[in-house]
Amino acid sequence: MLSANNVKFSYSSRHDLLRDISVALEPGSFLAILGVNGCGKSTLMQLMVDILQPQGGAIELDGVPMHSVKRRDRAKNIAFVSQHSHANRLTVYDAILMGRHPHSDDSTTEEDRKVVNDVMGKLGLKGYSLRYMDELSGGEYQKVVLARAFVQQTPILLLDEPTNNLDPANCHEVMQAVRDEVDQRSVSAAAVMHDINLSLGYCDRFMFVKDGVVESLGGPETITPERIKKIYGLEADVIEHKGQRVVIARKATSCNRRNLEDKEKQ
Amino acid sequence: MYEDHVDTTDLSEITEEDDERAYRGYIRHKKLVVLILIAVAFALVCASLSMGSMDLSLQDILLALIGQADAKSMAVIWNMRMPRILTAVVGGIALALSGCAFQSVLRNPLASASTLGIAQGAAFGASIAIIVLGSGSASAAYEGATSTVDPIATAICAFVGAILSTIVILALSRFREMTPESIVLAGVALSALFTGGTTLVQYFAEDSQVAAVVFWTFGDLSRVNYQQLGIMAAVTLGSGIFFFFNRWNYNAMESGEGLAHGLGVAVTRTRLASMVVGAGAAATVIAFCGIINFIGLVAPHIMRRLLGSDYRYLLPASAAMGAVILLLSDVLCHVIVAPLVLPISAITSFVGAPVFIYLLFKGVRS
Repeated sequence: MLSANNVKFSYSSRHDLLRDISVALEPGSFLAILGVNGCGKSTLMQLMVDILQPQGGAIELDGVPMHSVKRRDRAKNIAFVSQHSHANRLTVYDAILMGRHPHSDDSTTEEDRKVVNDVMGKLGLKGYSLRYMDELSGGEYQKVVLARAFVQQTPILLLDEPTNNLDPANCHEVMQAVRDEVDQRSVSAAAVMHDINLSLGYCDRFMFVKDGVVESLGGPETITPERIKKIYGLEADVIEHKGQRVVIARKATSCNRRNLEDKEKQ
Repeated sequence: MYEDHVDTTDLSEITEEDDERAYRGYIRHKKLVVLILIAVAFALVCASLSMGSMDLSLQDILLALIGQADAKSMAVIWNMRMPRILTAVVGGIALALSGCAFQSVLRNPLASASTLGIAQGAAFGASIAIIVLGSGSASAAYEGATSTVDPIATAICAFVGAILSTIVILALSRFREMTPESIVLAGVALSALFTGGTTLVQYFAEDSQVAAVVFWTFGDLSRVNYQQLGIMAAVTLGSGIFFFFNRWNYNAMESGEGLAHGLGVAVTRTRLASMVVGAGAAATVIAFCGIINFIGLVAPHIMRRLLGSDYRYLLPASAAMGAVILLLSDVLCHVIVAPLVLPISAITSFVGAPVFIYLLFKGVRS
């Protein structure tokens, strides 16, 4: 289990980005991390995967402080889909196979091939083996990136804005694929999200980050018009549609929004 | 299933076995290309052995290779042609491999020994050796710096100069973690600094000394003796093994730092170690042969175009391509205006650039 305990982090001494964040990822649960741009969601992800180190508090993997977890063991436990990656001239098959690297030393085993083929089939990537990464569409590319994280076969899955720049159909497909992993393999997943309604469709826990602390953490019932107003400065209605919560934004009052941004800057 | 993109082939018809078979064929193709390049390099070695002012038949050469020819043929093959040809092979491999590794770990297609200040540092070091320490004269340098001068002092100074910019970059990165972009920019700044230093040293030197430096920078494969070749080969072999063990790391790092980190790659450490090893290999070659530009840049890029960016195959293919370009350049610089021998550093550009530009515009898809 991956947990952040009273984590503190800042890029500059003048402004604490994260002041006190505690959250634990639970097996079989898909957590959405929400908040305004620049509130530290991505930073929190990078802390959890040990790209950045907390300046206070601790990140723990199964109770062991992250800094004493071996690199390879971390890679066997946590798969991370970062917000930025580069499409280079690598075939889809090789790009996905790379995800097996923490498990197999230098040679590719029969099991590696089987896992890669299974995941490719699951994500509808059959027939894509020899396509080059830099020739894929945004949706296809994101599915390959996700496939690479899946073949890592880790109990923990961290995704930084996995549906960035995808069309609505691809957004749902990607989220469904993650949900399936969570349900079928009891993976603990967490994703930085901007689309609340998309999160409501596939996630079961929701964490709002504001002013460096956890503003709320809980099920869909925590998403209320008051909270949307408080976090985003956005007037919204929350309705039920076919048993699922849906946030419907009213037109943003520009003055509200500006007030909120001014407050952020301070 | 949503398809955001209509493909010309019907994907539903493709089975897992088809996919597997196609992938295996693709890997076979890559291996074949590497083998062909090695064969071409071997053919060029044979061709080079038969070329020179003394006409030797194929039979003479074969006899000399197994040590059965007359003394004169033996001397020509083993003392004159062979060291030069092997230097071309080893030098080409070392420069291409280091360029390949630089481009991956710095995620910059322009990274090579000349953009990171290695070549400029070597030129500065050689200028100091020749002008300030007075280890050479113009005429001697022109003849290959073997008779009256101390080529070892020049080589050592060139090596120190070449490795200096890498040392500075490493020292800087101990104070503050450097991004690939800032490493490349620091390299460019240090190149400029070294070029400025060379200009200043030359300004206060005598004409003959300046000429000696210029001749040194032209690059010359025939300067290298067996002992030096041995050092070059050992360094190249060591770096090759290091790069080969990092082939998966390079694939991961080129796809993104966050991803590489997530897969357990020690990103910063791999980057710095690869820079040290690459700079060491390139600096060794440049110190002994003089400046040989462009191979480190162009050989990996030609192979990237032909084979894609999978470092498992890109590394050996680039190494073979580097050897081929340098061997071909060596042949050309001997035949274009024979018996005059043209500077190798000019010819490598003439061989590499047109091929590279052709591939760039053709947009080869393997």
